[in-house]
Amino acid sequence: MASTPSADPENSDAAAARQVLSVRGLVVEIPTRAGVVRPVDGVSFDIAAGEILGVVGESGAGKSMTGAAVIGLIDPPGRIAGGAVWLDGARIDDLGPEALRRLRGKRIGMIFQDPLTALNPLLRIGDQLTETILTHLRVSPAEARARAVAALAEVGVPGAAQRIDSYPHAFSGGMRQRVVIALALAAEPDLVIADEPTTALDVSVQAQITALLRRLCRQRGAAVMLITHDMGVIAETADRVAVLYAGRLAEIGPVRGVIATPRHPYTAGLMAATPSATGPGARLRQIPGAMPRLDAIPQGCAFHPRCPHVMARCKTEAPPPFPTEGGAAACWLLAPQVAR
Amino acid sequence: MTAPLVRAQRLVRRFDVSAPWLDRLLAGEPRRLLTAVAGVDFTIPARATYALVGESGSGKTTIGRIAVGLLAPSAGSVEIGGVDLHRSRDAGAVRAARRRIQMIFQDPFASVNPRWRVGAIVAEPLVTAGRAAEAAARVPDLLEAVGLSPRDAEKFPHAFSGGQRQRIAIARALAAAPDFIVCDEPTSALDVSVQAQVLNLMKDIQAQFGLAYLFISHDLSVVRYMADRIGVLYLGALVEEAPRDLLFASPRHPYTRMLLAAAPRLDAFGREAEPPQGEIPDPANPPSGCAFHPRRPLADVRCRAERPAMIAEGDRRAACHAVEEGRG
Repeated sequence: MASTPSADPENSDAAAARQVLSVRGLVVEIPTRAGVVRPVDGVSFDIAAGEILGVVGESGAGKSMTGAAVIGLIDPPGRIAGGAVWLDGARIDDLGPEALRRLRGKRIGMIFQDPLTALNPLLRIGDQLTETILTHLRVSPAEARARAVAALAEVGVPGAAQRIDSYPHAFSGGMRQRVVIALALAAEPDLVIADEPTTALDVSVQAQITALLRRLCRQRGAAVMLITHDMGVIAETADRVAVLYAGRLAEIGPVRGVIATPRHPYTAGLMAATPSATGPGARLRQIPGAMPRLDAIPQGCAFHPRCPHVMARCKTEAPPPFPTEGGAAACWLLAPQVAR
Repeated sequence: MTAPLVRAQRLVRRFDVSAPWLDRLLAGEPRRLLTAVAGVDFTIPARATYALVGESGSGKTTIGRIAVGLLAPSAGSVEIGGVDLHRSRDAGAVRAARRRIQMIFQDPFASVNPRWRVGAIVAEPLVTAGRAAEAAARVPDLLEAVGLSPRDAEKFPHAFSGGQRQRIAIARALAAAPDFIVCDEPTSALDVSVQAQVLNLMKDIQAQFGLAYLFISHDLSVVRYMADRIGVLYLGALVEEAPRDLLFASPRHPYTRMLLAAAPRLDAFGREAEPPQGEIPDPANPPSGCAFHPRRPLADVRCRAERPAMIAEGDRRAACHAVEEGRG
């Protein structure tokens, strides 16, 4: 498996599954009046073709910022200050704005939380879809329109051939999100970044959208980075999960292992704090305190002030990732020399 | 059985969603009314938690606002300790009944005044009740009851995180010693680890101060953690109501079953279940008969024509022709 963050993507590519996205040691910095803050600090992961990587964390964990950095959409004065991003083995973090713009839409599709902001309210759905298809694929306008209808039908918009000439306001929230997914997939991208795609939707519609994402990812072999705060959505949708805390990768691994037997105390705390619709009503375990502010990230392990297992070392030295079953966790408890 | 603390009877609330008067006149259109709440009954005993769960447009927030007296019902009544909040002629009794009610809102960034010190925010209900003299003694206790420090009274809200602001809002709700608190999505804006802190705190103060809650949420797992009894709303009407464990163990109404099946689960890895069909209809233009029938493949002629009534069965009730006829 090339999932250990220390693996070199250029050498491990040919082995195992094809890694569509490889991120190594990603650092994002934003200068502020009070000094430079690091919303993303040394994050590494891979996503293979046909795989869904869930990126989970609470507000301020850096999950959206990580997604934005991958596609070069960090608002200035924020910038990528370190690390590298490879798409299909080619570096993309050092590309210019124009090259990045061509990459987005063609090879990287994007789905955001609020479908209304992703759609132009003044353009018919069909025009937005055909425009995207014509920009990125070499097809005739007639063929582009036929593809647009097919794309809408594929994401489950009923009566696609008629509704293609409607404006976004005529669609419900769930239907709009389907249109956004059709738009993101129109140019047949290799990588899809979905940032809280179901957070604004009701549970019944959320279940429809996550099922759709999973089906399309499998069928097309696209790599999907699914950013969400909802562990339940991750459990049902993702193959692997990366847990972020204060801009750092706390734990990464197969979703079943991370959720059933979390190795990082933060992941374990998160699981114990999540009320369950199926489990018994035992008192929820709380994690004391809250996610640190970016300008006050603690020394050493960022989680140490809230950690029930804190040791002297945690307060001074940031833990590196230690290997776990099929993944890694950044916690000194997993260091080989610590006898537990 | 003693009389319940809160009794809502045949609550109805319509909103006028017509175009402006002149436009309507010129276009020759009639007024358009949206029925947000369509005949809802429930009772809440003292010290108990009654949860209303539903998706957007189900009318849960409207019911909450009627229950605290922020909104008048178009028909029906809400009684607190036997006093009708909206129709009683005894102004003194209504004022006294309203003092027994408080509310906790979803967004702790919008519900506390950023220009007021925490001490003034928490003391406000006492001041409005003409008991300002008690504030100095009560505020430190209230802050400690919600896990804050008495010293925090001097600070402004911006010094606090979302979870801590929700604690401030809870302390404020407790100030006037209410016995009924309406909680509208109190943890939806909070992160999971902070949500657990606030939910646990709400359970603790409920036991400590003997509170009844009307707990409004879209999140079944949160409702399961908090509620004694749960009402499931769909398009402004209750479709099912049951004690918590009964509802989760054996949901009767097809909508409840759909909600339970659709809720994301931590143990359902790569679940390939068929997702639910359809979406909530437009409340301005509701379906005929049972509001849920367009999403139900098994709906028959009766479901399409006749709105089902709530039928009691022991300690639970459901509004479904199929359940009533035994074909559910």
